[in-house]
Amino acid sequence: MTRLATPFSPDRPALVAFITAGDGDTAANLDALVAGGADVIELGMPFTDPMADGPAIQEANLRSLGAGTTTADIFALAAAFRDRHPDTPMILMGYANPMVRRGPDWFAAQCRDAGVDGVICVDIPVEEDAALGPALRAAGVAVIRLATPTTDAARLPFVLEGAGGFLYYVSVAGITGKQQAAQASIADAVARLKAATDLPVAVGFGVRTPDQAAEIARVADGVVVGSAIVELIAQHRENAPQYVEAFVASLRRAMDGARNTEEISA
Amino acid sequence: MIDTPNSYRTQPDSEGHFGAYGGRYVAETLMPLVLELEAEYNRAKADPAFKAEFDYLLEHYVGRPSPLYYAERLTDAVRAECDESKGAEIWFKRDELNHTGAHKINNCIGQILLAIRMGKTRIIAETGAGQHGVATATVAARFGLPCIIYMGARDMERQAPNVFRMKLLGAQVIGVESGARTLKDAMNEALRDWVANVDDTFYIIGTAAGPHPYPELVRDFQSVIGTEARAQMLSRTERLPDLLVAAIGGGSNAIGLFHPFLDDKDVAMLGVEAAGHGLDKQHAASLAGGAPGILHGNKTYLLQDEDGQIAEAHSISAGLDYPGIGPEHAWLKDSGRVEYTSVTDTQALTAFQLLCKTEGIIPALEPAHAIAAVVERAKTMPRDKIILANLCGRGDKDIFTVAEALGVEL
Ligand SMILES: Cc1ncc(COP(=O)(O)O)c(C=O)c1O
Repeated sequence: MTRLATPFSPDRPALVAFITAGDGDTAANLDALVAGGADVIELGMPFTDPMADGPAIQEANLRSLGAGTTTADIFALAAAFRDRHPDTPMILMGYANPMVRRGPDWFAAQCRDAGVDGVICVDIPVEEDAALGPALRAAGVAVIRLATPTTDAARLPFVLEGAGGFLYYVSVAGITGKQQAAQASIADAVARLKAATDLPVAVGFGVRTPDQAAEIARVADGVVVGSAIVELIAQHRENAPQYVEAFVASLRRAMDGARNTEEISA
Repeated sequence: MIDTPNSYRTQPDSEGHFGAYGGRYVAETLMPLVLELEAEYNRAKADPAFKAEFDYLLEHYVGRPSPLYYAERLTDAVRAECDESKGAEIWFKRDELNHTGAHKINNCIGQILLAIRMGKTRIIAETGAGQHGVATATVAARFGLPCIIYMGARDMERQAPNVFRMKLLGAQVIGVESGARTLKDAMNEALRDWVANVDDTFYIIGTAAGPHPYPELVRDFQSVIGTEARAQMLSRTERLPDLLVAAIGGGSNAIGLFHPFLDDKDVAMLGVEAAGHGLDKQHAASLAGGAPGILHGNKTYLLQDEDGQIAEAHSISAGLDYPGIGPEHAWLKDSGRVEYTSVTDTQALTAFQLLCKTEGIIPALEPAHAIAAVVERAKTMPRDKIILANLCGRGDKDIFTVAEALGVEL
């Protein structure tokens, strides 16, 4: 838990970087994310039916499963990452069925033992929290909830029940890898969310460029980038780590610049 | 097995759970929409005008009530092949005579009326056999709403006549190339559309599955089948049937037939899944060969591997080619109230031809599965027993598939 709290400091927004486990040389790509300056690693668990994902991450899921990735492989990747990077928080992101297949307690224990700090499950809303949430919290693994443009003020407190780590604001109603929301609507939404919770608020979906990351960094505690990195892995395969590192470094630089200019002009 | 409840007709609970199954396993973006739909459905149920309009359209547009038919020559054919004391009477609920040729339209009428109540202006749906796609395109045309149908590319090939029908009806048909390019993949794509068009779009789900309240409302709309059949059987024979039989893809025609009879404890029920090439090979029998899991908004039996990855189903019938099943059937199986069996592609093809020749009815491949099971059961049941099967679709759409399977070139 504390590992996940560290990167979100008020004066330095965190960069949350996503890749799909088992798509390409995952260990090398994870190291590249850290070397490039990612503060939180979001490791995608591949699923046959990634309903909330656009083409880039869908294809990454299928490439990974096509290469034979198992749940055991994913936890092995996570545990090895934890050995190499004791201080970098890592969360798992994925769909309910692979998470609950052997029972929620089994999954939660695997997360704890592999040093996974939090879990995002796309298709377990707070209404169905019992399917996984209690087991994760009992194992000390944060349940990271999503808030979306359709989550209204009346619903928000309910969504925050049992939430941990950070609050992930999905900035557009849609699937991953598509268009980004207007900056003004993001700023409004983040302000609204921050008024309702002490958890840091990270913004994702459709963030593809350093400029976009910088804009969001002005208003949010964290920026999540996924499809753009996954596309680099698809394009460069075994040579991907160097491109991933350079791209993540460009995001990080832009985000740092965003906060600095803000302070100077303030 | 769970404790025997006082009534089998009170599911789901207020959270949409059928025992351990069902629920609302959707992304947060969709959750408020699903709650809104539930609220609107509850208002509609309490509104006599909603029921009046639904009934009016079913009578004058769909052509209900559908006949209840005693299949005398099929019964005789079965009796010729079994012990003299055996050979139950076989009756059909003729939902293949509905406008658009299947039971799917019953549900589409109900859902489009809900869409209109909610002020939605764009309709989407998934389809497997194309029957639900045709039914959705039909009601969208009838009410003047734009309609987009997602259909697996493989299903578009094997159900080409229905693709053309949907286009004639003004729908846009989008082929889905992911996965096995069948119904499951079409449903993924429809969900992706819905999550990106939350303000104006109504998703008409085609079977009694998906997030609550879909399994409940699809069941309620399809229950017209069982409600009519029960009354027709009583007035024609002054008794209830001994066994109900229906084919199961997601389970909507089956639950529609079964639900009104669930508390008639002397009425046995049999759901028939698609065993494809055989239960030890590729098939679509999620109750027989699957395990509980979470997909497409609900918890239910799924064909899956030990890591929870969803398996690709196979059936000669595109409408049964789905690796899951509606959550109420999962609960009815565990409770023991309904028995489930499965029928292979080959058995279904044989039954398909038998019905053509004995009754002059070309069934869809989906109910051909039910007919195969009916023939087997009838041989083991006394002559004075009555089997009522749901003839839930006609076979016009399937003649190319059947010709190919029989090695006939058209
Ligand atoms: C004629 C017919 N019967 C049955 C089915 C299977 O669906 P369900 O199990 O929901 O009735 C379909 C699906 O397309 C169909 O077209």
